[in-house]
This record gives sequence, structure tokens and C-alpha cells, in this order.
Amino acid sequence: MSIDSMFVHKMWDDNELKKMVDGGVPFPMLSDAGGKVGRVYGVYDENAGVETRGRFIIDPDGVVQGFEVLTPPVGRNVNETLRQVQAFQLVRETKGAEATPSGWRPGKKTLKPGIDLVGKVWEEWKTEMAFD
Amino acid sequence: MAEELAAGCARPTGGPVGEEPQENQDEPQVKGEEKKTMIMVGQKAPDFTAPGYHQGKFVNVKLSDYLGKWVLLCFYPGDFTFV
Repeated sequence: MSIDSMFVHKMWDDNELKKMVDGGVPFPMLSDAGGKVGRVYGVYDENAGVETRGRFIIDPDGVVQGFEVLTPPVGRNVNETLRQVQAFQLVRETKGAEATPSGWRPGKKTLKPGIDLVGKVWEEWKTEMAFD
Repeated sequence: MAEELAAGCARPTGGPVGEEPQENQDEPQVKGEEKKTMIMVGQKAPDFTAPGYHQGKFVNVKLSDYLGKWVLLCFYPGDFTFV
């Protein structure tokens, strides 16, 4: 979503994005003329008149599980976004019985929150697991 | 999922869905400073409708039509930018 019109979105997809992605952008490219939606989400820059790089993960109940907002010159890390979605999906599937510690990726160890874990995280999770 | 839009001369717009939040009279009002609502994790994402372009069609998208699915909502400064 940006402040560009849907017509500009079409031109961008036709003339440039189709050269990067076969078949063009697969998801809807939304138009937020005037920044009305961006303002509600806290990502519309009133002075510059554009949206900043806001990214919201919204679960199947319509609840915001996470967000990240960057100023325009720095691009996002798509892999990190997908990792977070996978983590939120795991937590949802286990109904909160499992949690994903720092550095978790699919296949890595989860934690089982509960009274037995209190004071014992150091046995289950090592600092290097945040970085491997 | 998304309703198709006819391409006319007008430039369609969308916006937040639902009523504006009521000002709470009991809360202290700060003069000269606009009260800003902040998105909170664990809270409902504000619903909205927005026109857009999707795979050869102009569409009107409503966030709440995507209930039951995971949604990534991404904002960016502008088309034809380079990051």
C-alpha cells in the first residue's frame, strides 16, 4: 500500500515489476491517496506526504501480532518477516503451549512455558542459539 | 474476495471502516497536541477499504474480507522507488 493511485500501480507492475517477478506482483497493490489508512496505522509521514516502510502481521482473527516500521532509505528483510509469520503460526497451532525463543527458526527447539521452566531456561536455551 | 472496480476517470479512494473513536471527556486534553492512536500488538487491526490493482484488474479490497487468513500489510513510500 502506498499513496500512488491504482493506475500508477498498474504501470509499475506492467513496466518494471513484471521484469523482476514472473507474472507480476501476485498480491493486491493498494492505493491510499491522502494517507488516510496510513495515518490510522501510524505510518503516514505528514511532512513528506508518503507512507514509511510499515509492515504488519495480522492473524486469522484480524489481530495484529507484530509490526515493524522503517524510514524510507532502508529496505526490509523478507526472510525475517516470513520467520516471524512461521513462529506466530506455530504458537497459534499449539494454542500457546509452545513458544519460540530468540533465534528460533522452523525445526529448531521451542520452549514449553510453565512452572517447570521457571529458572530453567538456561538449561534449555543457550546464548549461541540466538545467532546460529 | 475483492470486488472488481470499473476503470473510470475518477480516482477512487478508500479509508478506515467504522466510526471515529469517541473522545473521552474524562481524559486530560493536551492543548496543541493532536492525540495519536498507536497500533498495539494483540489488538485488532483497524479495518479499511482501499482501491488497488491485482493481476490485470482494478479491485476494491476490504481488510476484514481476509479474516481466516494470515495477512501481511506492507506500506512503502512510492511506486518506482529503488529500495
